[in-house]
Amino acid sequence: MTTAIPLTTRKDWTSDQEVRWCPGCGDYSILAAVQMLMPDLGVRRESTVFLSGIGCAARFPYYMNTYGLHSIHGRAPAIATGLATTRPDLDVWVVTGDGDALSIGGNHLIHALRRNVKMTILMFNNQIYGLTKGQYSPTSEVSKVTKSTPFGSVDQPFNPISLALGAEATFVARTHDMDRAHMQETFRRAHDHKGAAFVEVYQNCNVFNDGAFAEITGRDVRASMLIPLVHGEPIRFGAEQERGVVQRPDGQLEIVNVADVGEDALLVHHEAQADPGLAFALSRLANGPHEPTPIGVFRAVERPEYGEEMSRQIVRAQEQRGVGDLEALLRSGSTWTVD
Amino acid sequence: MATGTKHVTEQLGRVVIRFAGDSGDGMQLTGDRFTTSSALLGNDLATFPDFPAEIRAPAGTLAGVSAFQVHISDHDITTPGDAPNVLVAMNPAALKSNIGLLPKGATLVVNADEFEERNLAKAGYATNPLTDDSLAAFTVYEVPMTSLTQEVCKEAGIKPRDAERSKNFFALGLVSWLYTRPIDPTLKWITQRFGNSGPVAEANTRAFRAGYHFGETAELFTSNYEVRAAPFEPGEYAQVTGNQALAWGLLTAARLAGLSLFLGSYPITPASDILHELSRRKEFGVRTFQAEDEIAGVGAALGAAFGGSLGVTTTSGPGLDLKSETIGLAISLELPLIVVDVQRGGPSTGLPTKTEQADLLHAMYGRHGEAPLPIIAAKTPSHCFDVAIEAVRLAVTYRTPVILLSDGYLANGAEPWRLPDLSAMVPIDPGFASEPNDVAEDGASSFQPYIRDPETLARPWAPPGVPGLEHRIGGLEKADETGNVSYDGQNHETMVRWRAAKIAGIAKVIPAIEVDGEDDAELLVLGWGSTFGAINAGVARARARGRKVAQAHLDNLNPFPLNLGEVLHRYPKVLVPEMNLGQLSKMVRAEFLVDAKSLNKTQGVPFLAGEIEDAIIELLEGEA
Repeated sequence: MTTAIPLTTRKDWTSDQEVRWCPGCGDYSILAAVQMLMPDLGVRRESTVFLSGIGCAARFPYYMNTYGLHSIHGRAPAIATGLATTRPDLDVWVVTGDGDALSIGGNHLIHALRRNVKMTILMFNNQIYGLTKGQYSPTSEVSKVTKSTPFGSVDQPFNPISLALGAEATFVARTHDMDRAHMQETFRRAHDHKGAAFVEVYQNCNVFNDGAFAEITGRDVRASMLIPLVHGEPIRFGAEQERGVVQRPDGQLEIVNVADVGEDALLVHHEAQADPGLAFALSRLANGPHEPTPIGVFRAVERPEYGEEMSRQIVRAQEQRGVGDLEALLRSGSTWTVD
Repeated sequence: MATGTKHVTEQLGRVVIRFAGDSGDGMQLTGDRFTTSSALLGNDLATFPDFPAEIRAPAGTLAGVSAFQVHISDHDITTPGDAPNVLVAMNPAALKSNIGLLPKGATLVVNADEFEERNLAKAGYATNPLTDDSLAAFTVYEVPMTSLTQEVCKEAGIKPRDAERSKNFFALGLVSWLYTRPIDPTLKWITQRFGNSGPVAEANTRAFRAGYHFGETAELFTSNYEVRAAPFEPGEYAQVTGNQALAWGLLTAARLAGLSLFLGSYPITPASDILHELSRRKEFGVRTFQAEDEIAGVGAALGAAFGGSLGVTTTSGPGLDLKSETIGLAISLELPLIVVDVQRGGPSTGLPTKTEQADLLHAMYGRHGEAPLPIIAAKTPSHCFDVAIEAVRLAVTYRTPVILLSDGYLANGAEPWRLPDLSAMVPIDPGFASEPNDVAEDGASSFQPYIRDPETLARPWAPPGVPGLEHRIGGLEKADETGNVSYDGQNHETMVRWRAAKIAGIAKVIPAIEVDGEDDAELLVLGWGSTFGAINAGVARARARGRKVAQAHLDNLNPFPLNLGEVLHRYPKVLVPEMNLGQLSKMVRAEFLVDAKSLNKTQGVPFLAGEIEDAIIELLEGEA
């Protein structure tokens, strides 16, 4: 029996637990964006699960009035894989951070992406370890001075979008905590995607890494520093849409003044392209959140979903062999009878 | 037909045969086929596959020797035999690495073709043992198996190099004749496995028949032997290995519980065959997930359990190390989860293909914090079926991870198994939560995920999908009843004690340990796991020498059966044989203040019955 999905408001999706992030944390605006989006997604609370690992972001499930599981460091995509493949009726969200997803849990993240397991992964990237009080993270810039790197970090950071694309992800997007509408649109697209969707959310940690994204997400700079990716549209930005992206003859992407090259020369964004090459090039356009940075959906392609394929094999086996018969199974080798 | 000597067929009560050859010689398959024929004849049997970790060590070297020992008898036996009566050695290396196991007077059947200079040198023989009299204590049959196989295949146009690969079937044919095994099951099996025609089926069939006829016609053997059927309980029997029985037990348990089975696993010796077996059985609705690592295997299983499936992960020692954190989470979440550890020699990579029982204390204590869980162990290959069902029953009833201990010997060893009556098995009730279990102060009904069942102390299992039961749980300490995050010290102690009491309470529903032997026995031998067979045989021998010995075997390692303390204190002496340095003995000494003596072996092979027997006698006479 199916019944109509009840109308809900943000309040219905908000749990009775007190939110305990630091005042001013970017996580608040992401939580609000999600709680306000849920009534519009056409889903049921009881069929929604928020799953997380460890870190500040990982407290997220406690604040959603849905089913929730706060697990262990880095393992949420693995745990979500077991849940999503056995319960295709559920909406499974994984909320994670740059440390959780890219350090301790890097292996699970890439494999969940390549398998295309049905889950929506929101990775809050604040380029710092917050919960352990301020060590550098795998997305921190080189030379980052933190408690664990008093002389500056020496390791090259991950580019999460490049990583996801390299991991054969079918949906890869970026948004940021200062723009609720953009977050909601990106989350909606991610939710509606068939398979694993990866969303990097630039999120400000006002205690340990304040202003990490201010150069690109601040209201006054946003127009000139964020490059919105819109499917089927030329890639351009700036207060007057005066700048844009072109592909040079050698294949490299370049930011140009539209006036210099003409509108027709601009690269048209095509998120569904089978080859991830251009999406990858777009992910490399900025060397960090201080240069013009693309946001929006980098890639959205269709590929069979892992759990669905798993179920299909079961259905096929049952069609061919009939539903498993235990009595026959025990006799599948040689048997003999003693009278 | 037979033109040679008329053979006499002699009766034997039992015989232990060891097939040994190069890893590429197909010795496991040869032993396995011989075992099946013997099972179909109605013999009791026990097998011991003994192979190296290397897939193919350099041919002809000692490192590459693979062996399969099978014990067949006309009476009840429980071990693969202390010493082989017959050794089939396919090359000098196989002879050299196995000859030490043979008692004087044993029979040796060697592939004479391989005893040439190069192979002798590779095995480290300065002189040819077939000619230097060093084998004088044995009855040696030299059979040119390689060339005879090539010869018989030549007629079918099979090249000598291809034919050479079938020489193990020649050996199988020869030994089948020597022990009057039926040939039809093997011929039928060759057809099933390799098809009706084609060079491989042809070569194997020809080699097998040639070996059989060689025994019959060559004037080498004066007699052959018959080992008659053992008196089994009436019923239908199959031959199973431990891993197979375990996989089937999981399928059966899932059916009994009405749950879908989800296996999250990462390939590891000697547990992989459980993954393989379940992967073949998709028609049972089983989902098998070959994870990116051991951690993901157990993580996915736990995720499936959260969703209301029967979550299982299978591994061996190194994998259990990696899964520890997730098992701790499962203890905290109080969700059903089955963790199968097919033990092997450790620490670290250790001895991947060799057996050991050294993970007991890891299973018991290998997690941070107070993290108790039930532990259950299999004692024979077919017993793996029963303990798999029992593990699921405990996990589901008590909402807890359960560690099931098997080992490499059980995993690969085979025995006849009387098929159980599935219809008589008791269903397992998952008892999913379906409605709110609490009323708030304002009169509204609510769901509290940590309100416990007063009898089992288990919390509700409430998979997503039910309106009104939405709840959040996690690895942070939870407030009693509500499950909300709580850092309160008093509450933590309450929860620590709840979790401990829940697991301890399982003792109420597990069977009392049974003792085989008289109350006035001088000594009790207490065992667990795969030492069962050797202990049984060792105790029987000690009794035959006039000693009063009692025997008891533990399936439940945590919690212990309620009567274990009383049983241990009933006897003046207690001996605990284990393939480790004394783990169960440590546990019973700590729990019951009993002066249990430990008998240890960590050589990668099971105890011999004689070793148990000697230890019993020594302990009894030591203070006499």
